[in-house]
Amino acid sequence: MAELRFHNLTLGYDRHPAVHHLNGTVASGALLAVVGPNGAGKSTLLKGVAGALKPLAGSIERGGGDADRVAYLPQAAEIDRTFPINLYDMVAMGLIRSKGLLGGINGKDHHIIENAIAAVGLTGFERRAIGTLSGGQMQRMLFARLLVQDARIIVLDEPFTAIDQRTASDLLRLVRRWHDEGRTVLAALHDINLVKANFPDTLLLAREPVAWGATAKVLTPENLAKTRLMCEAFDDTAGACAMRDVA
Amino acid sequence: MLSRFLLEPLRDPSFRHALAAVLALALAAGPIGVFVMLRRMSLVGDAMSHAILPGVAIMFLIAGSNVYAMTLGGIIAGLVIALLAGAISRATALHEDASLAVFLLVSLAVGIVIVTLKGIDIEQLMTFLFGETAAKMNPERLLVIAANATITLLGLALIYRPLVLGCVDPSYLRSVSRTEGFAHLTFLALLVLNLISAFHALGTLLGMAIIIIPASIARFWTRDLTGMIAIAVATALLAGFAGVVLAYHAGIPSGPAVTLFAGVLYIGSVLLGRVDGLIWRAFPGRHLEA
Repeated sequence: MAELRFHNLTLGYDRHPAVHHLNGTVASGALLAVVGPNGAGKSTLLKGVAGALKPLAGSIERGGGDADRVAYLPQAAEIDRTFPINLYDMVAMGLIRSKGLLGGINGKDHHIIENAIAAVGLTGFERRAIGTLSGGQMQRMLFARLLVQDARIIVLDEPFTAIDQRTASDLLRLVRRWHDEGRTVLAALHDINLVKANFPDTLLLAREPVAWGATAKVLTPENLAKTRLMCEAFDDTAGACAMRDVA
Repeated sequence: MLSRFLLEPLRDPSFRHALAAVLALALAAGPIGVFVMLRRMSLVGDAMSHAILPGVAIMFLIAGSNVYAMTLGGIIAGLVIALLAGAISRATALHEDASLAVFLLVSLAVGIVIVTLKGIDIEQLMTFLFGETAAKMNPERLLVIAANATITLLGLALIYRPLVLGCVDPSYLRSVSRTEGFAHLTFLALLVLNLISAFHALGTLLGMAIIIIPASIARFWTRDLTGMIAIAVATALLAGFAGVVLAYHAGIPSGPAVTLFAGVLYIGSVLLGRVDGLIWRAFPGRHLEA
């Protein structure tokens, strides 16, 4: 069963495509790595899947309804760490979709939040301001928020960048647990060895899909060399794309 | 002696109105100011506070000193400027701060030209710019300020979650909720309401003081949002109260009086504040064990 279907999907900014004419399906329960050089459109694709960015053309079809089933981990760099909020409240924000603007947080919810914080090993840090956390603790906190969200599809943008070995392996264990629970996980990653060891499927992206399938078949030296030829910059003088927007 | 100094003015009904107005304003301006600071909108707020003047002035031209008409004119002008400034900075190469500085200056000039065209005495102009002298306040203004404060607190409760999340982690908010735009526009509208209140209580040039100074003070005392809002409200109340009493006794406009007290509290906080205060930086004490 397909969890996600991309129909001739083009995503980008100011009409410039960052992901160009992507077609394909992500099976329910898949553990998919999205790999590619900087500027390949990995983050853009994940933003699109998460519903944080509207497609320029084409569409994303979600198996059972809309974005409500997606939990999204943005890149750590997008978070304002000077904001005066503590770890507990940040994790509690995972409930915003189910609680809406005014819904109360009851005892059961507090229990869910505390369990999530314990699962990532941050018990005792609840009242710490996020600005005082280390990079690894920050990432653990964001994983706790994903746990609270309890979604069918989990989208991770560079979850293991700039964190130490131990944190990475703790968090990787959570990713495997999600996989075992039958959730669909998409992750943008740079570490080829980590992908080969842990992710059965890979999408190799260089603005356009270079290869997509079983990791061993996708991450070949020839395919990786192909992605390096891709030019990163937008062409300011580019004309309108002539390819028809049909699936 | 001190109690007479504080209690005697309370016999004067217009002082009581002025005091009630500035306290109501402080309750709403505290939290609004904290979000203005955290969203890095201090300059936007400043531009909007001056931009309401032409709106107020046009209504003054048409309807005279009618408080409700001036309020309406100010709200419309404030909203127009807020949306226009955002649109211009998106559509042109000019950075937002530069386009806002232009708005700020031009709208102040337009406002002054309009009110003086109508023929205004210097005392009335001073009231426009710096608030009523000697803490006088008519009941209509008090009513507008109290209504604005009520709307602000209810509105903030409604948009609190997306407002906070939109500041810390905007792409995550976009992934879980479609309320980002609604929260931002509501916040701008509430900011305009508070600028109008501040205009009525403290005048157009210094109205922003009771919004932004208490929030800046709070930043020196806590790293927690709730605590920050509490401290901002407390300092706004304190500066408001002290300012109105000073304005009454010294016969000066309330805008500068309140701003002066807020400024004193600010300097004290910069020096002594527990979070990054200068004294604590200079004498941090021995480092801790862990």
